[in-house]
Amino acid sequence: MLELALKGSKRYFGWIACLLAVIGVGVGCYMWQLSFGLGLTGMSRDVSWGFYIAQFTFLVGVAASAVMLVLPYYLHHYKAFGRITILGEFLAVASVSMCLLFIIADLGQPMRALNVILYPTPNSILFWDMIVLNGYLFLNIIIGWQVLQAEKNSVAPPKWVKPLIYISIPWAVSIHTVTAFLYCGLPGRGFWLTAILAPRFLASAFAAGPAFLILLCLLVRKLTKFDPGKEQIQTLAKIVTYGILLNVFFLLCEVFVVFYSKIPEHMDHMTYLYAGLHGHGVLVPWMWTSIALMIFSIILLVNPFTRQKEGILTVACICVFIGTWIDKGLGMISGGFVPSPLHHITEYVPTKPEIAITLGIYAVGFLVLTLLFKIAITVKEEAEGV
Amino acid sequence: MENSRRNFLKIAGISALGLSATPVLDAFALDISMLDMKINATPGKDAITAKRWGMVIDTRKFESEEDLKPMIEACHKIHNVPVLENKRHEIKWIWEEEFKHAFPNLEHEYVNESVEHLPFLVLCNHCKDAPCVRACPTKATFKREDGIILMDFHRCIGCRFCMAACPYGSRSFNFRDPRPFIKDINKKFPTRARGVVEKCNFCAERLAVGQQPACVEASKGALVFGDLENPESEVRRLLKTNYTIRRKVALGTGPSVYYIV
Repeated sequence: MLELALKGSKRYFGWIACLLAVIGVGVGCYMWQLSFGLGLTGMSRDVSWGFYIAQFTFLVGVAASAVMLVLPYYLHHYKAFGRITILGEFLAVASVSMCLLFIIADLGQPMRALNVILYPTPNSILFWDMIVLNGYLFLNIIIGWQVLQAEKNSVAPPKWVKPLIYISIPWAVSIHTVTAFLYCGLPGRGFWLTAILAPRFLASAFAAGPAFLILLCLLVRKLTKFDPGKEQIQTLAKIVTYGILLNVFFLLCEVFVVFYSKIPEHMDHMTYLYAGLHGHGVLVPWMWTSIALMIFSIILLVNPFTRQKEGILTVACICVFIGTWIDKGLGMISGGFVPSPLHHITEYVPTKPEIAITLGIYAVGFLVLTLLFKIAITVKEEAEGV
Repeated sequence: MENSRRNFLKIAGISALGLSATPVLDAFALDISMLDMKINATPGKDAITAKRWGMVIDTRKFESEEDLKPMIEACHKIHNVPVLENKRHEIKWIWEEEFKHAFPNLEHEYVNESVEHLPFLVLCNHCKDAPCVRACPTKATFKREDGIILMDFHRCIGCRFCMAACPYGSRSFNFRDPRPFIKDINKKFPTRARGVVEKCNFCAERLAVGQQPACVEASKGALVFGDLENPESEVRRLLKTNYTIRRKVALGTGPSVYYIV
């Protein structure tokens, strides 16, 4: 089936060329980072994780959201999703690939990355994260490929794929739970030290992921002869609605606990993010933009009249995606480091090369996504005889 | 045209060579310095040993920042700690903090003047139940039998999970190659490469040859080092006769550094 990715229109190859150009710049900057060190980024002794780890966290969520298609289709026999589960699975493959690249980009000694396998350390959550992320990547590659191949040959998928599909459902939950455990098990980091972090991560994942999938479905309908379907998009929209409502609800739970208990170690981070602390507050406008976008999207999504209009739904999905991206991809990680455990305030702003590397990795993800979607949609077009 | 092509080929060739040779060179570099480290930290016949090493810092003996300098300098010189201008990239093993930063949960408005303005020495607490050891995915940070939390600079992948885990900000990361920023290199102790984490090692390499930690030696008796599990030790005598505090005890990490205030 791979050959299907090699044939396409001028527009298709033009898009790939653009992505390759962005990747090229990213690779160049990464070489620079490799020779200079992570000092090239905005990270510091106090804010020791930055943009890379934040993007990784956000994208784990996008990856996990594939389960929102797989679960209704395979466990509840919601037939409509059969048309698009492959899109969810391939989105997961692209997202997890980006996650792994972001981790590599963040390592001070990337050539030693295999030490995690050579000296397995089960007490470290990072060890488990490595296992669940790679496992999820392989599960989705194998399942997606087998099901698509079967569709191409108009036969049923091999029987052994079924157990893998069932395993992939709790596995999707595990990737984001383990990722949250990276943060929420650390003493002295009050911002993350909350049992609701994993549920909150999952809620924002089930909002951002399906929202992005809706946008992709609409794009696919516009650019190809394959229509993911109106019903499918509307069901996804309901999932996004529940996801974003839960996400905001969990955030409000946090706000209550933090500001009613008034324990400084927990409260100071929230104050820093939403109001600024001791005159420092680069993220304040961003965080309020995020809140505004999430609330605006809720208004558009909860009302069935606006949700059912695909134009408005598009706007709502963009708001959900950007809103949750700011919340997780910008505030969640550096917010946990400011103030530092010694109560110093060192702010974090990513540098230009850091952003170029980040964009490069996103471009790799989009390249993987483009190639996989091209294959899947060509198969679907042929199967439907259009 | 010809010229630029030749230049391109030259650069491409050099880069390819560089890329393929770097890991090999790195591997050699590692072996040699690892050998160094083994010679350095393995207890010899004169070694001083303990069940659990600990430190008592008598802060009453310090009056100003100046009093702390000799200890910080002794440590940083011996351990090849670089001096970096950029605060963000700073490396420090032992340094000074105001009371409100060293003990953020003990600070209050009416704290006595001497404490308020007194600089406090802070360093790795060599916790009994260290969160950094729990977090490290490669056992590059590990706890030795005598309670010292050590780093294997050659195994560290630079993920900085330990830095997120440490509630005392005791860990530094080499954001860039530290070597150009070390004034005189102490050849008896390894320098670090960029991309690894480091911190105070309670002078494991000095204990191995029967010496006290460098900061203790430079402290004129203000810092006392000894076995916390030996009731006869000097640290235990001090703990018995003075009221001491430790940093962030509520977190349950069990710091091994005690402060007399």
